[in-house]
Amino acid sequence: MTIWISIIFAGLINYGTRLGSVLIINPKKLGETSKRVLSFVPSAVFPAIIFPAIFLNQEGGLVDMSDPKVVAISIAFLIGILSKNLIITILSGLISFWTIIFLL
Amino acid sequence: MHSKSKTFSKGSLDILPLMIPVVPFGIIFGAIGIELGFGPYVTYATSIIIFSGASQIVILQLLSAGASSLVVITSSSVVSTRHLLYGAVVSQYLNKLSLQWKLLLSYLLTDQSFAVSNEYFKKNINNNFKHYYLLGSGITLWLIWQITTIIGIILGSIVPDELGLTFTIPLTFLALLVNYLRNLNHLIVIIVSGVSSILFFGFPFKSYIIISSIIALMSATILIKIKK
Repeated sequence: MTIWISIIFAGLINYGTRLGSVLIINPKKLGETSKRVLSFVPSAVFPAIIFPAIFLNQEGGLVDMSDPKVVAISIAFLIGILSKNLIITILSGLISFWTIIFLL
Repeated sequence: MHSKSKTFSKGSLDILPLMIPVVPFGIIFGAIGIELGFGPYVTYATSIIIFSGASQIVILQLLSAGASSLVVITSSSVVSTRHLLYGAVVSQYLNKLSLQWKLLLSYLLTDQSFAVSNEYFKKNINNNFKHYYLLGSGITLWLIWQITTIIGIILGSIVPDELGLTFTIPLTFLALLVNYLRNLNHLIVIIVSGVSSILFFGFPFKSYIIISSIIALMSATILIKIKK
């Protein structure tokens, strides 16, 4: 029973975080600066998901810079800058990663 | 010409490349739920009630480790606070919609559907049916997450560990930033957020994501003010 209660509460709060700003924020009252700061949300949030997954090992320590994940994400990063294309970036990262772990 | 169905389909198609990590992780999540002993109903219910891979894994891991409900709920809430920022961004495009639309689209607002919709909204601000894009991308992700969770529950872990698919998560998030990488201000914010996430990684309740996001947004504010 506690399990269900935990899951339902967690679900309600999770939904609350998705709904909260959508309901409360009136875009007409947002200043120009706030709007410009909000345009940085992807650049501010996604790296916090990317960096630990690449640079930290399961114990939370820094990985070696020659780690396949680090090399592959660096290649994807460069290809991303050059191509500005989402699919090409994903494919370049995957191909580099699998080449390193399976072939090299 | 924009139409409801075309906009919906565009959203459904644009999110497909981002399903590269979602498919294996739905399956892995379903299998983990069963392995941790939660049974098919509880495991599947989290995919409907919570519908957020990161939060779901945190919840099941903590529950199986015997953590109290309070710790479980707090952790999953902290992990999901980033959605407040996503909501703030999309609210600029959705404010004219009815309450029902807002209730539905908020449920479908995930990392991936936010990322693709944000790009679309910026470029198609005059499309009166632009919310169908978020609907299309959101429903596609929802369906794939539900189906793959069920596959994982029934078949167990059929995804080989050797493929190293955990790498696809950070990779797709990097790909979502490709449009910003050539902009110096964005690049600075990206580095600030990334370095902060490493520094604050050990903080309780996985709060490093929201802490790093806020520090990065504060540096964005400073950069904007300097430029003025």
